[in-house]
Amino acid sequence: MKKRLIFSGSAALVFCCLLIFWRLLILVFDIPSYLLPTPLAVVKVAIQRLPELWASLLISAEAALGGLVASIVVGVLIALIFARSTWVRKMFFPYTILLQTVPILAVAPLIIIWIGPGLLAVGVVTFVICLAPIIANTTQGLVSVDENLVQLFLMYNASQGQILAKLRLPHALPYLFVGVRISSGVAVIGALTGEWFAGSGRAGQGGLGYSILYAQAQLQTAYLFALVIAATLLGFTLFFTVMFFEWLALHKWHESAMNADATNG
Amino acid sequence: MTIPEIDFRAVGKRFSSASTPALEEISLSVEKGEFISIIGPSGCGKSTLLKLVAGLSPCSQGEIQVNGMTPVNAREIVSFVFQDATLLPWRTVQKNVALALELEGRTRDETAMTTEKLLQLVGLSHFAQSYPRQLSGGMKMRVSIARALATKPRILLMDEPFAALDEMTRDRMNEELLRLRAEHHWTVLFVTHSVAEAVFLSSRLLVLAPHPGRIAHDLRVDLPYPRTSEMRESKEYDDLVNRTSRLLRETHRV
Repeated sequence: MKKRLIFSGSAALVFCCLLIFWRLLILVFDIPSYLLPTPLAVVKVAIQRLPELWASLLISAEAALGGLVASIVVGVLIALIFARSTWVRKMFFPYTILLQTVPILAVAPLIIIWIGPGLLAVGVVTFVICLAPIIANTTQGLVSVDENLVQLFLMYNASQGQILAKLRLPHALPYLFVGVRISSGVAVIGALTGEWFAGSGRAGQGGLGYSILYAQAQLQTAYLFALVIAATLLGFTLFFTVMFFEWLALHKWHESAMNADATNG
Repeated sequence: MTIPEIDFRAVGKRFSSASTPALEEISLSVEKGEFISIIGPSGCGKSTLLKLVAGLSPCSQGEIQVNGMTPVNAREIVSFVFQDATLLPWRTVQKNVALALELEGRTRDETAMTTEKLLQLVGLSHFAQSYPRQLSGGMKMRVSIARALATKPRILLMDEPFAALDEMTRDRMNEELLRLRAEHHWTVLFVTHSVAEAVFLSSRLLVLAPHPGRIAHDLRVDLPYPRTSEMRESKEYDDLVNRTSRLLRETHRV
């Protein structure tokens, strides 16, 4: 507990130093505010335009979360199909790597053309960028079950359904979480990229990506800063939410999530 | 007429990838209540033999009858204990032991009662709610054995179950296994690399020779049960261990 206090205290200290450095930079080099606004100006504009900022944040959060959840559902289903047959896996696996390597910036305009601008298109861009890590990791988890364990279940005359539900799926869970963690990191990138191209389906209001473009065009640098911070916070929140669920699901039995309660055990 | 518990009739096993058969012309009759250890150099088909009895792998030649049934049909009276404890890490000790009963669809009360008794039997009642990662190697193995006993098997197939344990733990596990066997009278096929362990446990010893895997020697162990740790210091035991070690070395040379 004491350690944790010292740790968060020193982190806060670094943050304060950063703010002071930022403020001094402007003072010493006399940087105009359209290039680098003061920390105070950023806070002021964030408070001033809070309803707008909050609305943008919610729109992007909706797209990021929707795309991520959809990619988990679809990714796990595809992984289940992959795990059932080596033949299918060998045939399709190269394409999941392709899915991972294709630059999202190049695909996003295509998706917008097909679906039309709006929240759905943004969600789909996010979905595409999140899908590959989920498929790859979950498939790995489903097929890497110890052969002896499969034989143990066979000795008990377990059905294929029982082997899936009581052996393969629980075994794949830590792998799935590795995938979701990676995807949660890129989900916000997906949402912002989508918004760059799709803008917003709603008049006058857009997500963070759209607002960033708009603020840039208007040279509202202070607000741009606020938007960047909001986007970062969104990514943070998403990542730590996933971490929390991972801890909830695995901390009792899995090594990766054990550290947190190692002091008690 | 009594049928043998396990009957090997000219059994052969060949893997498509190998040039020599893994097992050739194995004929063997195992009577009820025998404790048979199988020893032999690596690659002589010891584990394969167990997999055939369990019906996890089909015979290439000949046939095996388990209590008059095919191995696959006899699974209900057979339990397999692997070299690793092969516990499910996401299940508590109690839930691991209950696995077979759960898969069979037994009632919750029946499952709870049986698992509690089994955990008492292997001395792990206090660890019912622990997860496998919290247990030592020896404790994990005891959970694995309790799990194997949940289905009330007549036949136990054990594939080097204590190989990963330190010597002291292994000796104690051997004694515990014999104590359990005295109460339950299973027929056991026990694969091991340790001659001392094989002699200590068994009523009969099979020495296998490799390339192709075959029975080189079939020995009776005439030491009286119950066997205790004092027996490890007796001359008869020593002589048998030495004799068996010599036979085992000879199979290496050919």
